[in-house]
Amino acid sequence: MIKLSKYVLYNILKSKIIIAYTLFLFIVATGLFQMEANSSKAILSLLNIILIVLPLVSLIFTTIHYYNSYEFIELMLSQPLSRKRVLLSEFSGVCFSLVMAFCIGVGIPVLLFATDVSIGISLILIGIFLSIIFTSFAFYTSVNARDKARGIGTALLLWFYFTLIYDGIILLILFTFSDYPLENFTLVMAALNPIDLGRIFIMLKMDSSAMMGYTGALFKDFFGSSSGMAFTFGCMILWAAVPLLLALRKFRKKDL
Amino acid sequence: MIRINHLNKKFKKLIALNNITVQFDEGQVVSLIGPNGSGKTTLIKTILGLVKPDSGQIYFRDKNIKQEGFTYRNEIGYMPQIGRYPENMTIGQLFSLLKNIRNKDENSLDYDLLKQYNLVSMYDKPMRTLSGGTRQKVSAAIAFLFRPPVLILDEPTAGLDPLSSEVLKEKILQTKKEGTLILISSHILSDLDDLTTDVMYLQDGKMKFFKNLATIQEDTGEIKLGKAIARLMKGEDPAANMISEILKTNR
Repeated sequence: MIKLSKYVLYNILKSKIIIAYTLFLFIVATGLFQMEANSSKAILSLLNIILIVLPLVSLIFTTIHYYNSYEFIELMLSQPLSRKRVLLSEFSGVCFSLVMAFCIGVGIPVLLFATDVSIGISLILIGIFLSIIFTSFAFYTSVNARDKARGIGTALLLWFYFTLIYDGIILLILFTFSDYPLENFTLVMAALNPIDLGRIFIMLKMDSSAMMGYTGALFKDFFGSSSGMAFTFGCMILWAAVPLLLALRKFRKKDL
Repeated sequence: MIRINHLNKKFKKLIALNNITVQFDEGQVVSLIGPNGSGKTTLIKTILGLVKPDSGQIYFRDKNIKQEGFTYRNEIGYMPQIGRYPENMTIGQLFSLLKNIRNKDENSLDYDLLKQYNLVSMYDKPMRTLSGGTRQKVSAAIAFLFRPPVLILDEPTAGLDPLSSEVLKEKILQTKKEGTLILISSHILSDLDDLTTDVMYLQDGKMKFFKNLATIQEDTGEIKLGKAIARLMKGEDPAANMISEILKTNR
């Protein structure tokens, strides 16, 4: 498998898009640290940008890569290789390049400028997880849709759902049922969206969580503990693994 | 070598393959012909395992490919209809990747087409800079590289210039002598003339006939494949009859 993914990776690393993406992240991250005197404020701004840009780029880049590699995948499958191996090689190639772009673009400036290293490392970890999760999502949607336009459309819809619509639904529920105790419910709802999960995980590591009232205190109590940490990363791993496994299952029976 | 048993495949409502039963043996050069959308490519892809049939079995050397997994493809060289490769991959990388996958002895490889098409001198060129015809040449060279006992060529000469297509035909003739089973799908019947030993005619997913070339020539009295097929189809297809009627009255 490593043989094939090596070539997939090599092909991607030479593409201009991934270089531009790395540069963009690097400039934004360094810029934010230079402008803000307070490094934790800079991290907060960086977090908000990452949570929007990272899923979008991962989804779109993966989808386009998949459709562009369609004939190549076909050729690989006419060789003595199993379907599982071909798809996993493609996945690991794309995933690794996106994670690398993030680690160079954001990781280096964060490690250089962040005063609180533990928050910086959490930010990098969350970023890596989000890259993997949304690559995995994109593989699932592109394996399912034969048409390129439809595949990209579905990917965009997913992005809209996770960054905007989902939060809207939660707010609506919270307002409608504001008379009831909803703390545990919000905890569950947060776990059902990897972006929210990442946001809460990092926000609670900062002092700003003090302003979030009772729910914030409960969250801090939960996510701050080591079991809360295990819970976060457990959810993240599930979010990455489930779409990939579904994609593999679909791909095994698919007509190419 | 390849035995196909009551193969059926539907794409939603379209019947792509309708109850196909056929056997291909060593040394045969089988021409798959038929109108567009008659199921030629689908048949090829099912043999390769790229398309999964709804029912029916395919046996490769008497082993069901469904149970065989993917190892049987070690013995197949495939040239696809459209060859598109990762943009930034160079020709050299593509070949080293394929050699890596099959892991065959370097001395047993067939670099004939690579040399004749002058691809060796372009080893460092990335795929995106290549013309359609050159990519087709790359596909052809890949199919022949491992000297496979079975060759599957999907419209091999489409997009090739006359000289390159002649080179490819020469190569096919040469491998035919070595006892390789070759499946060719093509619309250019004149290309198939000197190559083919058997003809399989598909229409609407059904196999209309599978005949030896000599038998066809005898039956129709035509030597050229194109004319012979036209004569055979005339009896079957009312539309073809109607067109020739109209042509006659206009004269």
